[in-house]
Amino acid sequence: MIGFLTRRLLNYIVLLALASLLVFLLASWQFDPLENLESRNPRPPNTVIEAKAAELNLDKPVLVQYGLWASGAVRGDFGTTVGGQPVSDELWRRIGVSLRLLVIGSVVGTIIGVVIGAWSAVRQYRLSDRVITVLSLLVISTPVFVMANLLILVALGANTSLGVRLFEFTGETSPDAVGGAWNQFVDRLQHLVLPTFTLALAGMAGYSRYQRNAMLDVLGQDFIRTARAKGLTRRQALFKHGLRTALIPMATMFAYSFAGLFTGAVFTEKIFGWHGMGEWFVQGVTTQDINIIAAIVVFAGVTVLLAGLLSDIIYAALDPRVRVS
Amino acid sequence: MSEPITSDSATVAKSGVEVGTFASRRTLVFRRFLRNKPAVTSLAVLVLMFIGCYALPPLLPYSYSDLDYLALQQSPSVDHWFGTNSLGQDLLAQTLRGMQKSMLIGVCVAFISTVLAATVGTIAGYFMGSRDRVLMWIVDLMLVVPSFLLVTIVVQRTKGNIVWLIVLLSAFSWMISSRIVRGMTMSLREREFVAAARYMGVRNWRIIVRHILPNVASIIIIDTALNVGVAVLAETGLSYLGFGIQPPDVSLGTLIAAGTQSATTFPWLFLFPAGVLILIIFCANLIGDGLRDALDPSSRALRKVRK
Repeated sequence: MIGFLTRRLLNYIVLLALASLLVFLLASWQFDPLENLESRNPRPPNTVIEAKAAELNLDKPVLVQYGLWASGAVRGDFGTTVGGQPVSDELWRRIGVSLRLLVIGSVVGTIIGVVIGAWSAVRQYRLSDRVITVLSLLVISTPVFVMANLLILVALGANTSLGVRLFEFTGETSPDAVGGAWNQFVDRLQHLVLPTFTLALAGMAGYSRYQRNAMLDVLGQDFIRTARAKGLTRRQALFKHGLRTALIPMATMFAYSFAGLFTGAVFTEKIFGWHGMGEWFVQGVTTQDINIIAAIVVFAGVTVLLAGLLSDIIYAALDPRVRVS
Repeated sequence: MSEPITSDSATVAKSGVEVGTFASRRTLVFRRFLRNKPAVTSLAVLVLMFIGCYALPPLLPYSYSDLDYLALQQSPSVDHWFGTNSLGQDLLAQTLRGMQKSMLIGVCVAFISTVLAATVGTIAGYFMGSRDRVLMWIVDLMLVVPSFLLVTIVVQRTKGNIVWLIVLLSAFSWMISSRIVRGMTMSLREREFVAAARYMGVRNWRIIVRHILPNVASIIIIDTALNVGVAVLAETGLSYLGFGIQPPDVSLGTLIAAGTQSATTFPWLFLFPAGVLILIIFCANLIGDGLRDALDPSSRALRKVRK
């Protein structure tokens, strides 16, 4: 098992290095970081532009640029933005913001989705199953940016009808939040609910659909009947033999869906005014900043690969055949 | 797949049963699909919307870019069915224009990316060895970074050109499907009929076209339908962020982005384009599900689990 995971981890590291090279090349081919400076009116003297180009290493060949960037990145230094600020400082501040959203959103979404899916499979063709099936399909068909805005409208309605600002939908904290740690915590929680729910909803809908299908496949299998025949109650048979087997394909789903979750975070952070990696990505593309984009892509890659590694571990834990081979 | 046998052919099989009374696989699939009411309805709705968004605009008194200074930010009325925005543009005309863009891009991207996925998947799965390793490495590499981010990086320079949008979105959305096709191909190549064809000296590409592709066709068809929704999502997402379709042209994404800014006071600006967008994706997903049930009935547990 340790050997298996080590091999996967090595594979992931190589993939990540190659992906960062790919994105770096792509970004330096597409972006012109000096465009903003050059289009200023009056146009700055050429020496200023050349100095900026030299500062950002833009005067060197692309592969040398990547080499310089990569050697810095390994040591934790991701270069500077076009504006001249170090990327790393901003990076660490924003990673915390994004991770809070991504981790809570994915965990909540996955667990609730799996529970709903398994439950609706057991109750196949009953009313609750039909309602869940239609609802989950509707949620899947709703883009994150529409869902977020719909939730804001609903929250606004709820706030006005309750007469209190229960839900907050701009930023992570209110600047006027006063009082002790408890008040701060409640304030953060109020801000956290809507963005997290936006992200989690998509996960819930997706997982519940896949889990329902996987569970239905398993429920018809012989080993469930055998488990019942040897005297287990229906509940025991479903939980110990059914759910565990039906969870295996979900491990693979988890790895794939994390990329989608990250995309969702781009919209969620932008709409709810969270200063995280997703919002920064949009900024980086707009200002054509290669270093920002490269740092974000590395972060996105690391989270996707960590999700992949986690799904490998879950897979191995659930499926004994992986551990043996 | 064989041609459907029509009942007017007078041929009689050896068994003495008239061949026409048998239903070919194609008719069976077709009948199963027709029995699925939600899928048929959504197919009809989607086709109607596709025709409507191209046929209706010439009949409307307003084009999507016309400004009506006497009707600024009006709620839906007889003159302006979907209302107007702050410049006095008719929202119905704009939504139809956006639908043209989004649906065209969705359908094209779904087809192109599925063709790519089928090509890569069958080649990797059939030949195995070095070709398989190289192709799957590329797939792994492209899956490391969320493809939406990659498209966003490249799409900037294209200035909202539709052809480029289609090319880019297709180029970054075939990976997972190709993995599925590869898996199916790998199990098919071990089957007797493929081995028989190989021993008879049939060329490799011919085996892929004649024997492998028809057998993975079901998954490819399902995938195309489901990819329409994914592609529409990606395009509107890009446009929402301002990287896709550029003004003065409109897409459902740009309309929604503009509408959200005043969603609380003028909700129709947000709700109409958003509703249309959800409807398109919902229909595409229902059609995909219907096709799955029709083409691959075993995927759905037909037995009622009740106790």
